[in-house]
Amino acid sequence: MTLSRLLIYLGVLVSALMLVSINLGSGQVNMFDLLDPDRSAAVRLIVLEIRLPRTLIAAVAGASFGICGAAMQGLLRNPLASPGLIGSSSGAALGAVIVLYLGWGQVFWLLMPLGGMFGALVAMVLVYLLAGRNASIVTIVLAGVAINALAMALMSLILNLAPSPYAVREIVLWMLGSVSNLGMNDLWVLLPPTVLGWLLFTGAGRALDLLTLGEDTAHSMGVDLGLLRTRVFVAVALSIGAAVSITGAIGFIGLVIPHLLRPLVAYQPGRLLPASALGGAAMLLAADIVVRLMPPGPEIRIGVLTAIVGAPFFLFLILKTRRWQI
Amino acid sequence: MLELKNMEVSLGGQPIVRGVSLRVDHGEMLGLLGPNGAGKSTLLRSILQLIPSQRGCIELEGQSANDIPIQQRARKIAYVPQQGPVNWPLTVERLVALGRLPHLSGWQQPAALDQETVERILKQTDLEHLRNRAATTLSGGERTRVLLARALAVGAPLLLADEPVAALDPSHQLQIMQLLRAYSDAGHAVIVVMHDLTLAARYCHRLALMHEGKLVTSGSARDVLNPENLAAVYNINARYSQGDEFYIIPWQRVADRG
Repeated sequence: MTLSRLLIYLGVLVSALMLVSINLGSGQVNMFDLLDPDRSAAVRLIVLEIRLPRTLIAAVAGASFGICGAAMQGLLRNPLASPGLIGSSSGAALGAVIVLYLGWGQVFWLLMPLGGMFGALVAMVLVYLLAGRNASIVTIVLAGVAINALAMALMSLILNLAPSPYAVREIVLWMLGSVSNLGMNDLWVLLPPTVLGWLLFTGAGRALDLLTLGEDTAHSMGVDLGLLRTRVFVAVALSIGAAVSITGAIGFIGLVIPHLLRPLVAYQPGRLLPASALGGAAMLLAADIVVRLMPPGPEIRIGVLTAIVGAPFFLFLILKTRRWQI
Repeated sequence: MLELKNMEVSLGGQPIVRGVSLRVDHGEMLGLLGPNGAGKSTLLRSILQLIPSQRGCIELEGQSANDIPIQQRARKIAYVPQQGPVNWPLTVERLVALGRLPHLSGWQQPAALDQETVERILKQTDLEHLRNRAATTLSGGERTRVLLARALAVGAPLLLADEPVAALDPSHQLQIMQLLRAYSDAGHAVIVVMHDLTLAARYCHRLALMHEGKLVTSGSARDVLNPENLAAVYNINARYSQGDEFYIIPWQRVADRG
């Protein structure tokens, strides 16, 4: 299958899921009711202020999770790599949790996403400084694991020191991930760093293709490895930091989607980037639709759903990798 | 074409290449010989600027290699590393086509000329029947041929190959050496690091012998692989051919004699 045909198929899938997402929910309201002048005020509120931002944020954040997973797997040449592996997700989560713990989120709503982005950037900078500019893959992964562990430990400390059970509940629920109760303001916060991150990815595709042949060969073919790493790290910090700070820590999309789509792009890491962005958007939209279709009761958070689907897949991937030795 | 002047390279404070001066011309195939740890691979890697040299200079077509931008250098030097990895199961055709990427800028898509080059290289290297196979499923010999084909597809005036025939059977060794020789006969410069003295003598125009980071000598196979040099550098004795054709068989370690 050609790349353009695959992107068209995935684009159609994402568009269809967005239409379902906008028209799904209680109140028997759909987007065509916007045309009915008698119902316009309530309908505008439900469709444009509640469902539309939810849908768009799920698509944008999902695309970031997908493209960042593909980029990290290409850069580290490992199908088990993901943004979580090198600490960006947990760094973002820690930044946002600190804002929640201090209650700053209620003072000024923008502080929460800013905290997340700052946390992701700090985590990536620390990994970068720990590993060094020309570090080996193993050193980068080890530095990422260390920063990940530190961020998780600090989050546990914050939960431990939380002043009330309500604060603990608020933090834990946020960490489980969700795209409900989000407005257009959140989308405007999410978009600028996300788009900047995506733009940084655009020129990295061919360099990631050449990395298939190892770092020495890639260098001999004109790839500045230090620059490529910096570019991918900054792009991941910006787009994952923004996504996690708005939606919470939603895992496994960056792991599962690139792996599913890789055979369809003939295993070329550069071609996998745009396909994984669309695939990630489709998966998060679909997960959100499934969560909304659940019977009434305690809401199942999206992060829980993606983990329940993703964790067995991760195990399957390890077993397959062991057999294939890819 | 390529001239190295008084190159000195250290790794972790340890001098690995010590004052090496060497040149290779268009249409010449130079065999770089020496025991393990002599500094051959480090010298190749420093030519590629993968390792910085502490002293000396590298001139490529009359221009200092340091002054050549990395993308431009990628079109001038092709490299086949020792046991190069293939990290994803790309097809043979796609992998060979990666060799054309240094010729494409930004969003530029491969042109008909790039596709023609890939087809010609696949034919030259006898890989046409494997074009749709995943490169990760190939045998050692096939894989080496694919990695060499990728380097040949660059069409660079200088090709550096680091032990391309190590771990190959005699038939595949001959095939790889013939490909390298044909590339140099087409007017390109080739530097090939080797351990097989007979193959090096048979296919290379000139040999250079390194020992403990220094260049011991360079010249014809008869001059370089003489008994004194083999004893001093490899610590071996060899049996030599009697006729006009030059070949040698490593025979005995000097220390084992007696």
